[in-house]
Amino acid sequence: MEYAEILHRCFRCGYCKLPGNYIDFNCPAYAAFRFETYSPGGRMWLLRAWQEKKLEPSRRFQEILFACTACGNCVEQCALPKIKDQLLAAFTAGKAALVDEGRVPPPVRDSLTHLQKYGNPYGLARKKRTDWAEDAGVETFSGHEFLFFPGDVGAYDSRGQEIARSVARLLKRLGVSFGILGNSEVSDGNEALAMGENELFRLLAEENIAQFKTLNVKKIIALSPHGFHALKNEYPGLGGAYQVFHYTQILADHAGGLSFRTPPTKMTVTYHDPCYLGRHNREYGSARKMLAGLPGVKLREMDRTMKNALCCGGGGGNLFTDILGNGPESPARIRAAEALDTGAAFLVVSCPACAVMLGDAVKSANLDKRIQVKEISEIITECIV
Amino acid sequence: MPDLLKILSDIVGSEFVSDAPEEKYIYAMDPGTMPPCEPDIVVMPGSTDEVQKIVHAANTHRVPLVPLGAGLVLSGLSRALKGGIILDMKRMNRILEVNEISRYALVEAGASQGMLQAYLRKHFPHLKHSVPDAPPAATVAGNVSIHGSGHMSHAGGFHSDMLNGLEVVLPTGEVARIGSCATSPYWFARAPLPDLSGLFLGWAGTTGVITRLAIKLYPNYPLNDVGVFVCEDAAIMPDVLYQITGTQLAEDVTAWMTPKPDWAAGFLHCNVNYAAKTKQELIWKRNLIRSAVEKYINAKTGGFLPLPGMMKQRFLEVPARQLSLFADVRKGGGFEYVGAIMPVQLFPEAYDLGLDIAGRLGVSYSMGCRIIGVNHSMMFFYAYAFNRADADDIARAQSALEETNKHVVAMGGIPWKAEAPAQKEIIRRMDPNMFDMMRRVRSVLDPNGIMNPGNWEED
Repeated sequence: MEYAEILHRCFRCGYCKLPGNYIDFNCPAYAAFRFETYSPGGRMWLLRAWQEKKLEPSRRFQEILFACTACGNCVEQCALPKIKDQLLAAFTAGKAALVDEGRVPPPVRDSLTHLQKYGNPYGLARKKRTDWAEDAGVETFSGHEFLFFPGDVGAYDSRGQEIARSVARLLKRLGVSFGILGNSEVSDGNEALAMGENELFRLLAEENIAQFKTLNVKKIIALSPHGFHALKNEYPGLGGAYQVFHYTQILADHAGGLSFRTPPTKMTVTYHDPCYLGRHNREYGSARKMLAGLPGVKLREMDRTMKNALCCGGGGGNLFTDILGNGPESPARIRAAEALDTGAAFLVVSCPACAVMLGDAVKSANLDKRIQVKEISEIITECIV
Repeated sequence: MPDLLKILSDIVGSEFVSDAPEEKYIYAMDPGTMPPCEPDIVVMPGSTDEVQKIVHAANTHRVPLVPLGAGLVLSGLSRALKGGIILDMKRMNRILEVNEISRYALVEAGASQGMLQAYLRKHFPHLKHSVPDAPPAATVAGNVSIHGSGHMSHAGGFHSDMLNGLEVVLPTGEVARIGSCATSPYWFARAPLPDLSGLFLGWAGTTGVITRLAIKLYPNYPLNDVGVFVCEDAAIMPDVLYQITGTQLAEDVTAWMTPKPDWAAGFLHCNVNYAAKTKQELIWKRNLIRSAVEKYINAKTGGFLPLPGMMKQRFLEVPARQLSLFADVRKGGGFEYVGAIMPVQLFPEAYDLGLDIAGRLGVSYSMGCRIIGVNHSMMFFYAYAFNRADADDIARAQSALEETNKHVVAMGGIPWKAEAPAQKEIIRRMDPNMFDMMRRVRSVLDPNGIMNPGNWEED
């Protein structure tokens, strides 16, 4: 497998398990399962044992690998500068090697199969991809300044659809010129890539790129940070180079056009950094700039924030495979409790996957009367005239 | 062991028990050089009650039980030398109480150094505990139980000296409280009762399972500084350390000697970390510490290094993250060290020993020491890096460690958290009556011999 040459260099010192302030475990898989095997160091050593034929890739081995949410905390915190940047790539290479052997957990297999057959991990019909946009007044892309790319969660998940509509309405209100691909859009492929299905990612990306080319797309607004990451950083390698924005960046740029209610809507919020916006792309400012500009809104940060944020547990395909589960020690439940500790009434997110994961966690933990998960455009909409 | 697996699952929940090959593989070893020893089962209790039930089950089935903190001891003390159950304590990681006025913290045994550090920083920023230079995932209990040391050890001694009390599940399953907490709701001291805490400190988990402990906290002053005294003559180091510690102004005094980077090669460095409430106090301390070694400065046999800001920041970082970099010296993810507890007067001899062994065996080394108390002793470390992917390199490091252990004992020092082979080396030199007492104590506490067998045993 790729990166096999760095596996033995992990000392298992454990910095990768923690955030920079050490306050609690920050590797989502390790926080959920607690066995050393699920820590980044454990994964490194297990992969090496597999490569050296000391271990067979059992179902548990597969689940340990695919429980990694690709959040990047290990990369951020690893104490060894000469290997840290390759950690996540090594885990993904391990997943890819399992995919190549056809030895993946059933939910991973199903998600990948759905992506291949239907262009989305839900296994839903392609013609339903634009259902979300039906009453949002969104146009099909045709010479607009931006292509709006809702991604799989925004297109198919009911909560994701609400968010896609809310963001689209706000963009329209701000006068942003945008259109969508429509039912011909396929998954951005980010989760396929994170699950080690490199070839499937290539196929999906090339399908989108071909359409972008036909339509002469230059600028893209991604709803999902996952899609944002793939479009911005992975598509150029396949010949698809665009100006890619996350919608919070566009909202922040256009915030001057908003008129706020008087008296202002008062609310205390906390903000959850999505991994693919934060750690993977170093975008921490736009959402905070928006929140800071909302009269009556007070932001209280969690103990783990920005590059130290705890992942919701939905990355690496886990939103679809649910390998991390939703038990009391699941990262989403831990994160919801951490948000509650700030005293905020709203946990604000800017990622549809985070919204789904954290929304479910709040409900599972019976916290929904004490804190609500809101997507940032929903908060903004409540504050404007 | 399907029956035991079921019993343990009933106690802690099936998600926290495993006899899978993956867990057996990972829990068979720590990052050091000791060979793997596979456990049969790994279990993660969530409460003292669960630990108690697990201990009962281990007794019923006569199965070894090996307590584990973060697994960072490096000398293999938490390997299941004779199989059995690894008791991974990390789910029990709550910080239960901080007594601000009496300056102590009560934590569960799985609480990590980093968690306590972060908790204090958030809730009691004027308090701190003595943080070892282990990575922050290391547990407080694990470090106390091995007589660890850290950034307040000049002021407060070994971390076991900073212990106020323990809750322990005995090898026969009873839960015992030791220290003031045995008779009081407060965990303020081990005195004035008979001090039974020694039954659980330095025993490598052979006498029971620590489930809670209270440790001393110290003032966390806002201003921190470090001075680095440097010289080329190891013979003057005992007096340098004696003079500096004699001021009793520092919190931590450490020495380090390393061939890399090049500018450090051949020099002996002594870091003096001190802190103050005001700038005036900090300057006053700095001046007094300097004046303590003035005779060496005037004679030009030593002096304080001018420190660039970035280097000073690294020396002030707690724990010192850069120490983990030593694992990558040979691009191989490994190092282990002999930490020799010894009198400070042995410094020159200890240093020469390290140079000799590293030179002869061709191992990458780093040496240094941490002063414990007011020069009352030191933990002199010999760290050897190895490439985990190179069996010959591992063997070289093992040889260096073994040889170092032997010479340290011969010199009058005692290897700290000694590997099972080094324990035997110590036992050979030990007063036979002390070792006999150790055996008798163990047989009384642990009649079935379930607790971490293979440690503190003769050949």
